[in-house]
Amino acid sequence: MKEMVNCARVRFPALGENEGFARLLTAGFLMHLQVTPAILADVKTMVSEAVTNAIVHGYRGREGKKCFVFLELKFYSDRTLMITVTDLGRGIDNVEDAMEPFFTTDREGERSGMGLPIMQAFSDSLRIRSRPGRTVVTMRKKLP
Amino acid sequence: MKLLTAEKEGTLMVRITGDVDHHSAPNIREEIDQELLKTRPRELILDLSGTDFMDSSGLGLILGRLRKARELNCRLTVLNPTEQIVRILRLAGVEKTLNIEYL
Ligand SMILES: Nc1ncnc2c1ncn2[C@@H]1O[C@H](COP(=O)(O)OP(=O)(O)O)[C@@H](O)[C@H]1O
Ligand SMILES: [Mg+2]
Repeated sequence: MKEMVNCARVRFPALGENEGFARLLTAGFLMHLQVTPAILADVKTMVSEAVTNAIVHGYRGREGKKCFVFLELKFYSDRTLMITVTDLGRGIDNVEDAMEPFFTTDREGERSGMGLPIMQAFSDSLRIRSRPGRTVVTMRKKLP
Repeated sequence: MKLLTAEKEGTLMVRITGDVDHHSAPNIREEIDQELLKTRPRELILDLSGTDFMDSSGLGLILGRLRKARELNCRLTVLNPTEQIVRILRLAGVEKTLNIEYL
């Protein structure tokens, strides 16, 4: 049976500067786990994409101090890392469409529409549960 | 984020340092576009030697500059991207169409 070895749960307002904060938190969480720079870069990318989506899409039009993003990190004895990013925003209209490469609902902002495909490619599994008022993105990655 | 630009013989070299994400991308984009319109170079080099991190917002930035450069008849070169950045470019299928160089 795998056991949970370490976990952290952080709540921060939906501000752009917290994208970098979330990456640093994640790097700190992995600090003692002997991960290669390449793996660290993968994990930081996954977190950055999910947190950015929560801020720019979930809380579109109302980014700021009253909207919160939740980041949860869990590390298990079999070296599985679970990352959960939750927002209480608008929700994803159609998750299947959203997963398509280059699909974006934000044309003006030069969004690439590659965030979700990148999260999928960089993780071992990506799961999205979304309804208006709550989007939960869970990513799993086995660390070598 | 620090942005250094240098121009010589029709080449605009932009060195992007630090992290490129949704938060930092708009400023970087604006600075590059201003410089592009001012100097009208034949080649735009995005030097990523000092770019520690980039996510899909950076991809959007690069693809946007590629479009802009084409409009201005300018060639775009991406210099010294990290392996993480190359993976993102590859996923987007632009690794082959972009001119990537290593020095
Ligand atoms: N947390 C979220 N809340 C609401 N919509 C989202 C969320 N995450 C993603 N989406 C939707 O999915 C689309 C695709 O996301 P993504 O692949 O990251 O591309 P991009 O962020 O460049 O638009 C977004 O344009 C948005 O419509
Ligand atoms: Mg995104």
